[in-house]
Amino acid sequence: MSGGVAISACPACAAAPLATETARRGAGRGALMGDADSQILLALPGIHCAACISTVERALGTVPGVRAARVNLTLRRATVEAPGLEAAPLVAAVEAAGYEAHELDAATLARSEDTAGRDLLMRLAVAGFAMMNVMLLSVAVWSGASDATRDLFHWISAAIALPTLAFSAQPFFVSAVRVLRVGRLNMDVPISLALLLAAGMSLYETTQHGAHAYFDAALSLTFFLLAGRLLDARMRRAARSAAAELSALEVPRARRVDAAGQEALVAIADLAPGDLIRVRPGDRLAADGVIESGTTDLDRAFLTGESLPVAAGPGDAVHAGEVALSGVVTLRITALGPDTALGRIRDLVARAETARMRYTPLADRAAAIYAPAVHLLAAAAFLGWLWASGDVRLSLNIAVAVLIITCPCALGLAVPAVATAATGRLYRHGLLVKSDTALERLATIDTVIFDKTGTLTDGRPDPVGLDALPARDLGIARALAEASSHPLARALGRAIAARGIAPAELGDLREEPGRGVAGSGGARLGRADWVGATRVDGTATYLGTGHGAPVAIRFSETLRPGAAEAVATLRARGVAVRLCSGDVAAAVAEVAARAGIDDWEAGLDPEAKAARVADLTQAGRQVLMVGDGLNDTAALAAARASISPASALDAARVVSDAVLIGGTLEEIPAALATARSATRRIVENFGVAAAYNAVAIPVALAGLATPLAAALAMSFSSITVSINALRLR
Amino acid sequence: MSVLAILIPVSLFLGGIGLLAFVWAVRGRQFDDPEGDAARMLSDDWDDRPRPD
Repeated sequence: MSGGVAISACPACAAAPLATETARRGAGRGALMGDADSQILLALPGIHCAACISTVERALGTVPGVRAARVNLTLRRATVEAPGLEAAPLVAAVEAAGYEAHELDAATLARSEDTAGRDLLMRLAVAGFAMMNVMLLSVAVWSGASDATRDLFHWISAAIALPTLAFSAQPFFVSAVRVLRVGRLNMDVPISLALLLAAGMSLYETTQHGAHAYFDAALSLTFFLLAGRLLDARMRRAARSAAAELSALEVPRARRVDAAGQEALVAIADLAPGDLIRVRPGDRLAADGVIESGTTDLDRAFLTGESLPVAAGPGDAVHAGEVALSGVVTLRITALGPDTALGRIRDLVARAETARMRYTPLADRAAAIYAPAVHLLAAAAFLGWLWASGDVRLSLNIAVAVLIITCPCALGLAVPAVATAATGRLYRHGLLVKSDTALERLATIDTVIFDKTGTLTDGRPDPVGLDALPARDLGIARALAEASSHPLARALGRAIAARGIAPAELGDLREEPGRGVAGSGGARLGRADWVGATRVDGTATYLGTGHGAPVAIRFSETLRPGAAEAVATLRARGVAVRLCSGDVAAAVAEVAARAGIDDWEAGLDPEAKAARVADLTQAGRQVLMVGDGLNDTAALAAARASISPASALDAARVVSDAVLIGGTLEEIPAALATARSATRRIVENFGVAAAYNAVAIPVALAGLATPLAAALAMSFSSITVSINALRLR
Repeated sequence: MSVLAILIPVSLFLGGIGLLAFVWAVRGRQFDDPEGDAARMLSDDWDDRPRPD
């Protein structure tokens, strides 16, 4: 959230700068449990009930060195106070108790603390208290109090309302002043003007023993608008803390090798080109470089979409973002940060984002028409009555009534109420919406582009035709496969283990990086030329048992759950579906056939993917990009809307509008449907607000509006809008 | 009507107590984990003695 520059016409946007401001102010206050240094935060995505809380807290409590542990079920998070303790034993303890746990970067999360929400809640509470009391006094005035009694009630109302407005309505005043300084208008300008004029006019009327005072209207206006703001702030907080959580999951470090050959774990920022770093199996490469020693298999799926690892040895250039699967390698860094292949993809993303058509949210479009119209109406009412009656006091009273009656209570609630209901519903179905306007953009989608590896498939190959092999060979294969971390070997090991075949007793198991695994008795599992088998088309590994000819074991990729159903549902609704992949044609064609997609393209590099999205957008299509790899990020950023699975790389999740957590791909058509009905509700809500205004404005212009009429119009329109939003559930 | 002189201050005072209680609850972070608090009362932990922290 770029707090300082968010100047926009939508009332909801004011919550963001307010959030940063209050976060700064609240930062000094200490947290509930000790200082942040001794605190470890754990993400617990799997907890959901009272028993989970006690189990996790008890498990954490038994770890030596833990002083206190508290689970927050709303945020699915545990705060552990354990001075001098690392997160690893805590994660292990929670996992031993049967729950998934990840360490979170406390510093990243400190920024998303909910001081803004608490601040708004406090202002809302004060406004609510004052509103109720003043409303009680107003009821007495409406029902006929007169003379001294009426004056007394007005004075008491003023004594309650003025300090309350000064405190509770601050967010509106601050935001209005901010946009006025740069010569623009937003929804907060008419709100602030209405509040100030109403309070000032009512105070003057009270001193003049007048009949009409609008203290109650000013307070209920503040109350309803703050309620909308609070909903909005809560929603942003949920999305922001989830986004922070996702980025806090990756703590980038590298093992630097110094001149003496000693390894030290250092932050990426401390590395320089020319440094040597050691990469162990399972590590993600932190920088571009050239291999100095050692060989490994590199998984490039995130960078290129290739489903199979490639072998790399001394002298080969490797890139940041690739994952080493076998063998320890030492590499000399050639490029870091923005100079890496990864950095270049980020540039591509930045360009795609600036090229993306700027989307104007519905609330902004409404405000752009609304704010000037209200001011013109009020000014016209004042001038018209002044010309007709010559009475400044009467004219000003009517102008204030127009401002109050048209004031956008319902407009302020129209978007946040619906968006809260809709994002809550999507979250329960496993889709986390990160962007404010994502719902509105998702609603317009008519074309969906899927990436293959890691998106439509789970990126895990599955061996086929194992039944044709004798059990003895499978036993040997399992023993070999379990000695390797190559994805094909692991998949094979899992598949054989699932058949209940025990591993054969092989000695002398060793993995030869880039080739395969060998064991005693001449058993080998790996590349065709190394095992001595003849190559077959498609993805396969080769097994030589030491007796008889080597055999090929073919693999196919497993579709993600719900992939075929999602495609079918989308097509049934008339949404075009495409598959764009960086993988080889044979693999893409096969997956496309199983998922039921006719329209597919293979061998696309990141630029080509982004270009495909741009072409379709040019042709007037509204594209939803679903992808997970770095090679998809530019396309994700260029598309009208984008979704990435939770397993996606950090960079991809950051540019996506929504993240699919857990849930199956079937949630995507469901999300499009929810987004469509949410947008319809928002438009309906604007309609409701407009209808109330259409009735109320002529009454106010005619000078017939009383404080009672204003209070009724305001409450009814706000309640109607809220109820309409709740229908979404 | 003179009863108003008592009733209005009394009602404001009572409402004010409610407001202060709410402010106190918000400051004490009692609204930070509504789901967890709802679930916690179902668990038997610390039913016999208070939590030692």
